[in-house]
Amino acid sequence: MKPTCLRNPLLAALLLGPALVSNGYAVTESTGDYRIFTFSAEEPYFYKDGKVDFGTYNGFRRYHSECHVCHGPAGLGSSYAPALMKSMETMTFAQFVDVVVRGRQQRANFVMPGFAENMNVLPYLHDMFAYLKARADGAIPGATRPAKFPKVDIK
Amino acid sequence: MRQFRYTAAAAVVALAIGSSGSAFANAELIGMQNNPNDWVMQNGNYANTRFSELDQINAGNVKDLKVAWTFSTGVLRGHEGGPLVIGDVMYVHAPFPNTVFALDLKDNGRIIWKYEPKQDPSVIPVMCCDTVNRGVAYGDDKIFLYQADATLVALDAKTGTKVWSVSNGDPNKGATGTSAPVVVKDKVLVGISGGEFGVRGHLTAYNIKDGSMAWRGYSMGPDADTLIDPQKTTHLGKPVGKDSGTSTWEGDQWKIGGGTTWGWYSYDPELNLVYYGSGNPSTWNPVQRPGDNRWSMTIFARDADTGMAKWVYQMTPHDEWDYDGINEMILVDKEIGGKSRKVLVHFDRNGFGYTVDRVTGELLVAEKYDPAVNWATHVDMATGRPQVVPQYSTHHNGEDVNSTGICPAALGSKDQQPASYSPKTGLFYVPTNHVCMDYEPFRVSYTAGQPYVGATLSMYPAPGGDHLGNFIAWDADKGEIVWSNPEKFSVWSGALATAGGVVFYGTLEGYLKAVDAKTGKELYKFKTPSGIIGNVNTYMHNGKQYVAVLSGLGGWAGIGMAAGLTDPTAGLGAVGAYASLSNYTNLGGQLTVFELPN
Repeated sequence: MKPTCLRNPLLAALLLGPALVSNGYAVTESTGDYRIFTFSAEEPYFYKDGKVDFGTYNGFRRYHSECHVCHGPAGLGSSYAPALMKSMETMTFAQFVDVVVRGRQQRANFVMPGFAENMNVLPYLHDMFAYLKARADGAIPGATRPAKFPKVDIK
Repeated sequence: MRQFRYTAAAAVVALAIGSSGSAFANAELIGMQNNPNDWVMQNGNYANTRFSELDQINAGNVKDLKVAWTFSTGVLRGHEGGPLVIGDVMYVHAPFPNTVFALDLKDNGRIIWKYEPKQDPSVIPVMCCDTVNRGVAYGDDKIFLYQADATLVALDAKTGTKVWSVSNGDPNKGATGTSAPVVVKDKVLVGISGGEFGVRGHLTAYNIKDGSMAWRGYSMGPDADTLIDPQKTTHLGKPVGKDSGTSTWEGDQWKIGGGTTWGWYSYDPELNLVYYGSGNPSTWNPVQRPGDNRWSMTIFARDADTGMAKWVYQMTPHDEWDYDGINEMILVDKEIGGKSRKVLVHFDRNGFGYTVDRVTGELLVAEKYDPAVNWATHVDMATGRPQVVPQYSTHHNGEDVNSTGICPAALGSKDQQPASYSPKTGLFYVPTNHVCMDYEPFRVSYTAGQPYVGATLSMYPAPGGDHLGNFIAWDADKGEIVWSNPEKFSVWSGALATAGGVVFYGTLEGYLKAVDAKTGKELYKFKTPSGIIGNVNTYMHNGKQYVAVLSGLGGWAGIGMAAGLTDPTAGLGAVGAYASLSNYTNLGGQLTVFELPN
């Protein structure tokens, strides 16, 4: 089942999964088995027992070697680039890919480079998206290293 | 204990050598660095002691210190380095966009001129750890500014007009400028930043007259690139052999091998040698670069005229923790083991305090200057190699494995924040970090101009304590801590010791502190508007001593901590002490100048 949070209260209310209070957020757990979870734009991460799927964990690693210099640890922002928690609440996967691949320039000294040629980003866009969605939903509290399920090899 | 007076003798030597106009700048600076009224280079003098003979402000009256005047740089982010003072003029710099101001000390800091370079803001995302700049240099009536985009600019010191500029690296490939240049003889020396972007480090000398390149010595590569002589250049007394800068690398990894040179540069005029350290090998994933990765993490002694390396010493072969070797090299003449020696004292990121014979490169002392250091048991004095503990070896543990509890953290037991040495007490005063980490390396591929890191880190206070820093006094002969003052946060500010028996430093909460040089007892503190990662200086104007420091939280410490440094084991410790730095201070660049009441 798709992980959700209280920003969609109707859907959350319909779910029976236990709600955990984490850093002020109420996070709804995924159902099913992490071993059969696959990424989708609608259901980007798997979250259960305080742990996330390996792809989301990889997103944490990749984010913190490519993005955090400007966007701050765990997407908390800095004076060079905005915090991502708010924008990730509404950003779709398609919009996310577009911004990361093409970059963005809004005002002076606010430049996001395009990452189209970066092979430490491009193959992991979905993992980074999953990580930031998990952060926005409160499944991963703060700048900590998320607990994870083991890596699942695709057969 | 010998006081060091070699600089005076060296001035004579330099004058004798001076056959061209070139040596005049050198002789001028050698004289000026001995004038305690000025603060003519970032670390006070060529020896990088950050010591001042001024004693008007002393241990007895420092408690009465008050703010004389302040000045806003108009820039947020991390303000490293500090102002220069030459006669009636103070030169203040800022982080990106790298504004420089000349302030009139005769007229309450009136702005004589202001220079702001035009730089492409796309350089911002290729700066690893905030858009810091460690200050300008003076020489030959010029102010040398090393911009974020790796452009070195010579400005007319009187008018601020550009005399020449030269590009020292390509920011599109991740090469940036953060370090303070140093003027040596007729040349100005600059390093390069970008170890997290696969930049191959080098120290480069430009002729101060016109900006033409005199020499460039790379940290790795063939001997022709590294300016290493296989027979004459030595490592712990032995010739290094042919192409030592490629033979300990696999394939072409050395071409993107890091070893950047973003720290401080010292100079011994008598030996005519320049001393500095190189940074981490690139990438941070050690599994991807087997071998010792020479000459990353290395102390270099190079001939100031030719750049040829006289000796090298690699402190951390095959780095697995990002322990850059770039911290300052402090040059003093001291009794070591009962014998008077010309030594270099260096507090490395890896947590060891090294005392090295700076003539020969012989290793004399290597001891931990923070008891928390655990990644190595000790340094083998015969081979110079740290004895690595397998549990903390991120290579041994492997890719995709999170190695935990490594001390120090990647930011080192001390980062670039320069220490100070007082010939009055014979002690070194060292701002330190007391932080440990988890480190997980993983595979990365290289794209020019894109981050090339390959590890994720978590940092937290060292076990058993509730503080992230210490300010210590160090005995470089015995290799022992004499006193240690705990600080809530890492001490990321450069220290200043004076003949008045006082040592000054700043804290991340924004305090300027004065402590007794003998005991470490706190004598004075004042909270400036923002966290201090700048370096304290002092000068005399119109017969009155002043102390100056830049505030402006940021840098590596500020980036992480301002956003909330979290400890995975916080439940076990004193949670209150880990409270976010953002509860204590805020961003903002300001100069604060202190004086005694009239």
